[in-house]
Amino acid sequence: MGKTFHKPEALSNQQTHYCPGCTHGVIHRLIAEVIDELGIRGRTVGIAPVGCAVLAYNYFTFDFQEAAHGRAPAMATGIKRVRPDLVVFTYQGDGDLASIGMGEIVHAANRGEKFTTIFVNNAVYGMTGGQMAPTTMPNQRTTTSPFGRDVTDVGMPIKVAELLAALQTPGYITRQTVIRPKYIVKAKKAIRRAFEYQLEGKCFSLVEVVSTCPTNWGMTPLEAVEWSENTLLPYYPLGDVKTPEPMSGGTDAK
Amino acid sequence: MSKVLMKGNEAIGEAAIRAGCLNYFAYPITPQSEVAEYLARRMPEVGGVFLQGESEVAVGYMIFGASACGARVMTTSSSPGISLMSEAISYIACGQCPSVFVNIMRGGPGLGGILPSQGDYFQATKGGGHGDYRLLVLAPASVQEAVDMVMMAFPLAEKYRNPVMIMGDGLIGQMMEPVVFPDHLKTEQLNTETWATSGMDTRKSSTRNLVKTLYLDPVQLNAQNLLLKAKYERMKKEDVRFEPYNIDSDYQVLIVSYGTMSRVCRTAIDNLKNKGIQIAMIRPQTLFPFPETAIRDAASKESCKTVISIEMSMGQMVEDVERCVQGRKPVEWYGKCGGEVPTPEEIMEVVQSYLTTKRKEQN
Amino acid sequence: MQSEVMFAGFGGQGILLSAKILAHAAMEQGFEVVWIPSYGPEMRGGTAYCMVVISDQPIGSPIIRNPTHLVAMNRPSLEKFAPVVKPGGVILINSSLITVGSGRTDIDEFIVPVNDIAIGIGSIRSANIVALAAFAARSKMVDNDILRKCVKEEFSNKTKLIPLNMKAVDEGQKAAEIPVK
Repeated sequence: MGKTFHKPEALSNQQTHYCPGCTHGVIHRLIAEVIDELGIRGRTVGIAPVGCAVLAYNYFTFDFQEAAHGRAPAMATGIKRVRPDLVVFTYQGDGDLASIGMGEIVHAANRGEKFTTIFVNNAVYGMTGGQMAPTTMPNQRTTTSPFGRDVTDVGMPIKVAELLAALQTPGYITRQTVIRPKYIVKAKKAIRRAFEYQLEGKCFSLVEVVSTCPTNWGMTPLEAVEWSENTLLPYYPLGDVKTPEPMSGGTDAK
Repeated sequence: MSKVLMKGNEAIGEAAIRAGCLNYFAYPITPQSEVAEYLARRMPEVGGVFLQGESEVAVGYMIFGASACGARVMTTSSSPGISLMSEAISYIACGQCPSVFVNIMRGGPGLGGILPSQGDYFQATKGGGHGDYRLLVLAPASVQEAVDMVMMAFPLAEKYRNPVMIMGDGLIGQMMEPVVFPDHLKTEQLNTETWATSGMDTRKSSTRNLVKTLYLDPVQLNAQNLLLKAKYERMKKEDVRFEPYNIDSDYQVLIVSYGTMSRVCRTAIDNLKNKGIQIAMIRPQTLFPFPETAIRDAASKESCKTVISIEMSMGQMVEDVERCVQGRKPVEWYGKCGGEVPTPEEIMEVVQSYLTTKRKEQN
Repeated sequence: MQSEVMFAGFGGQGILLSAKILAHAAMEQGFEVVWIPSYGPEMRGGTAYCMVVISDQPIGSPIIRNPTHLVAMNRPSLEKFAPVVKPGGVILINSSLITVGSGRTDIDEFIVPVNDIAIGIGSIRSANIVALAAFAARSKMVDNDILRKCVKEEFSNKTKLIPLNMKAVDEGQKAAEIPVK
């Protein structure tokens, strides 16, 4: 009888440190599956952010670098420019990418750097203990917006995918989520497509993954899924925001 | 290759290529932009990588990413830009990635000016970024020496798996002097097998490499710092460089000076010698490791009454000179900054004032 | 023996280039040389100046307060730098633009209508080369043939400009034939 379930080779045996109900583990697994399927583990370099995924390198079995806060796209640029044959991806949260690292991601995307970014958006700083992020929703309470995010004071949450899609340089920018099984299949397809564009040397690719943070949202995992679905998804709509033209080699028939 | 007349900045760019560095990332800043302009044209000719980053912050991490996968890589900047790169330099030192940073210093603090200065001595030799790390710091005094030091910097960076900084000043970058380029550097391929994120297939290895700087366990972080410290101690033993001048005379004053400033001092020493006054100089070529023993020994000579650190800064290197002399002789400082470069005549006057009476406190 | 030549004028008069060619020629002749520009915002339209140090010994200080010679292409440059030139040197005055003298009697005041000569041979743009050739011949600092070779080399990427600049060298050298007062 054939094996129906197995752990991807690209994933290590180490148990993750993520909280119950967090989706990092699912996203890690999707990346690992795609890397296995594409047979690129031996030439992949991942870049871990500063944030909850700072230890992401412990859960993968290929080369990894660890960046300073927000700088992963600059490091990926450095690697990809000197070693275009390597497959490079950054794994970044919303504080890392959309706050301190906004400059780096915008310019990397605009140069059309041929790497892939997995951008996990859970609308809050996780590791440092639930502070307000650029993607925190209006009126959302965090430890640094204890009365709710006041958009007249700190502005509206940033829609990263749309912002990057506004750049004139071709790229693949998509928003997905993994909060329910029905979304996971699509998310994996998008991640695969993002890596395929990189392998073709076609363009910069970014997959925003709308996620959860039960711990810092003060919710149970189930409540967090519901809040993510009811509050985040209407503001952060799912789907491809930008595809490189003309389209070719994509696996996600639209 | 025959002698060519070349601007310091351009010569630094050419030297990098001859040192086998085919990867260059930078951000424009006066007075070093000619390095980037030169390499923007030259790198494509040799099949190398040139990229103008969006900021010095980003460039610092491009260097980190590239060096972490084992590539020979360089950037150049000037003082305010080096401040911005200092975060990355701290990470690179901890991650132990060989790389070369060139600082064509300008006056500070703040935006300062664009004229030559040596105000970044502390930044280069004592840290700049956070944490316990050191850079190996080379200080050229001519365009030729800048070329030679670029050629030297890459093997040193690789020997120690540590960033090397070349500290020129605006004049070293902007002036033209004749240079002879050494042949292309023949160095053994850097052994990156055990540490670089070069891809497992590239290494034909089933073991992955990890370049990281996070050590949450205090025992591990302490161990990492001890490992780094051992390298810095080894630099002190094996790679101190300096040039003595008129050191065999019965000098009354010992000058310690580096870079462009040391050339002005050399002229002052020659002029004073013609007047029958003997002055000696130690010119550190490495600012870290510092020529501690050489300075201590030279200061200990009986004829020597005073040691003067002459700098284009407000008294930075003098602290290291004091540390070396260990109270054996009085240690004084003279300097100017902001682009004001002391003239030989000024230096002669300063030195002579120590020959007769004890000089009054400088205002 | 060390000579220091200050080239000074407006930004755009080709000051840096003529200084560079002098340094190059001196290097070809076996001397140690340093070319030190003024750099920064004042390069755009303001006063441009550049120092060339030529020596038979390794050159120490690149900071020169009192040069041995001055090539003054405009009046502000003459007024600024003439007083600091060491006695015995050459001060070349571009009389096309400067209607006053150096006020010095202890130097060789060498008056050349540089712009007029340049216009006469076809282009004002060759004024810097006229001045360079005249100064080099008067000061006898570098060999005329080596200077010619270096001018030619400088324009090797713009060969169209070589005949004009060769003419500029000739005319500049001719201007220096006027006997020293």
